[in-house]
Amino acid sequence: MTIMSIPRIQIEALDKRFETGDCEVIALQDANLSIAPAEFVTLVGASGCGKSTLLRIVGGLEPASSGTVSVDGKPISGPGIDRAMVFQHYSLYPWLTVTENIKFCRQLKMHRDVSTSSDVEAAGGRADALIRLMGLGHVMQAYPNQLSGGMQQRVAIARALMARPRILLMDEPFGALDAQTREVMHDLILHVSILEKTTLLFVTHDVEEAIYLAHRVVLMAPRPGRIEAIYEVPLPDHRDQDMKQTQEFLALKKQILAGIRATSGMQTDHDLLEQLGNAPAH
Amino acid sequence: MIDNTIIRRPSWRIRGNLGRRTHLLISLAGLLLPVGWWWWISAGGAVDPIFLPTPPLVIDSAWEWLRDGDLLGDIGISVYRVVTGFLMSAALALPLGVLIGTYAPIKAFFEPITDFIRYMPAAAFIPLVMLWVGIDEGAKIAIIFIGTFFQMVLMIAEDVRRVPMEQIEAAQTMGADRDEIVMRVIVPSAKPAILNTLRVTMGWAWTYLVVAELVAANSGLGFAVLKAQRFLQTDKIFAGIILIGLFGLVTDQCFRWIHRYSFPWLYRK
Repeated sequence: MTIMSIPRIQIEALDKRFETGDCEVIALQDANLSIAPAEFVTLVGASGCGKSTLLRIVGGLEPASSGTVSVDGKPISGPGIDRAMVFQHYSLYPWLTVTENIKFCRQLKMHRDVSTSSDVEAAGGRADALIRLMGLGHVMQAYPNQLSGGMQQRVAIARALMARPRILLMDEPFGALDAQTREVMHDLILHVSILEKTTLLFVTHDVEEAIYLAHRVVLMAPRPGRIEAIYEVPLPDHRDQDMKQTQEFLALKKQILAGIRATSGMQTDHDLLEQLGNAPAH
Repeated sequence: MIDNTIIRRPSWRIRGNLGRRTHLLISLAGLLLPVGWWWWISAGGAVDPIFLPTPPLVIDSAWEWLRDGDLLGDIGISVYRVVTGFLMSAALALPLGVLIGTYAPIKAFFEPITDFIRYMPAAAFIPLVMLWVGIDEGAKIAIIFIGTFFQMVLMIAEDVRRVPMEQIEAAQTMGADRDEIVMRVIVPSAKPAILNTLRVTMGWAWTYLVVAELVAANSGLGFAVLKAQRFLQTDKIFAGIILIGLFGLVTDQCFRWIHRYSFPWLYRK
């Protein structure tokens, strides 16, 4: 990455306010963030910090109140096929088989108009390649409700990658999975991001997940929703599960957890005891 | 020990399952016991057959209706009215319900008036319908239409609103435009729920058929029941009511079968 290169995603002075009756909620205040091509960035923070809102604005699913989001230097004005999104659940089409879900975008005008016969052929190969990459070969003809949560998310990721988006936006995609499945999915998504050179913006509430996956972890804070700090992850690009036990990893985890606690506005038992005047002696 | 008793009687677990045979047996008992009870009371001689005819009397009366009367004609005209009224209602309610459930301005425009009209009793419209439409077939179909349409629109709109937002937003990020989202996501996603809505409203269509035929007809199952009342033919009243119930049951089963056949992905596990 050269110093002069245009960032893949440029977020500038982004504000988001919601009107609820006569009180106004500031979901996001003056958010600024620049993400390089093929970079993996995770957003963490206490609930109400605006991490999902930020992701949805980048995805074009919600308008910002002010400020801009640019992709490769061009301001966005809505959803686009350069930015695919993976949700926590309910996003697969239960009436379509796994293969049909993955190929869904092929029946849309936007993709039909630009395609020549060689494109169509390439797309067929693309779908097959994604099915292999995501390990879905044995369930191609199954319907989503026949699959486990982890397999469903594999389908959702394959479907999102089908149109070769430059950016993959993920909103707590593994939040509903059990710990073992989640670890498998972590290594899979890292593999995919390196293979496809996709830029990733990934929302999670799990700090360990945030560090393990990312080049940079963005810590956000609530009331008003804002970017509080950005941490570089001091780990090599190729990750493995053992790295979670290293000093660097644990130190960063501790630091970010402390940051979340300090900004969450929620009191721990210790704080409460202190207020009552009978905190345990240290 | 406690565990054992629970395992031995899984049928009484909360939301437990029954075996196919047990299920059939209990269902059959639920149907036959009331009939047996009816038979026992009516045949005992304690009640005048004018008030409660025996089952064989009712079957005789239905047979006589078929042989000497015009049972098939009555069934034909009633089915024709129900199906026509229901289809006209569905033909309008389907597109309108999808639009109300999808676009806020259309919802804001149609929902209050629909909500208002659906609380008006359809039977109270009969005098007006006779005044405007006359007393021919159009009148009965109009009553069935009024009775089902307004409920159907609101229920279909609700079915459409229940399509998960994630399904819609996923399509948006894949480049789908508005029409494509409606036709390729919202409609296929809501289809099973909509078919269920049609099944339920079909039951109401049968109810309003009888209302329409009781008041303003000279043919059909409902009219036959009314005529039987005038001549105190309680057995024929019973036959008519049971026949209408049977037709409802058959239609309902047809809808369930179509549901299974059309949406195999819902039933595969």
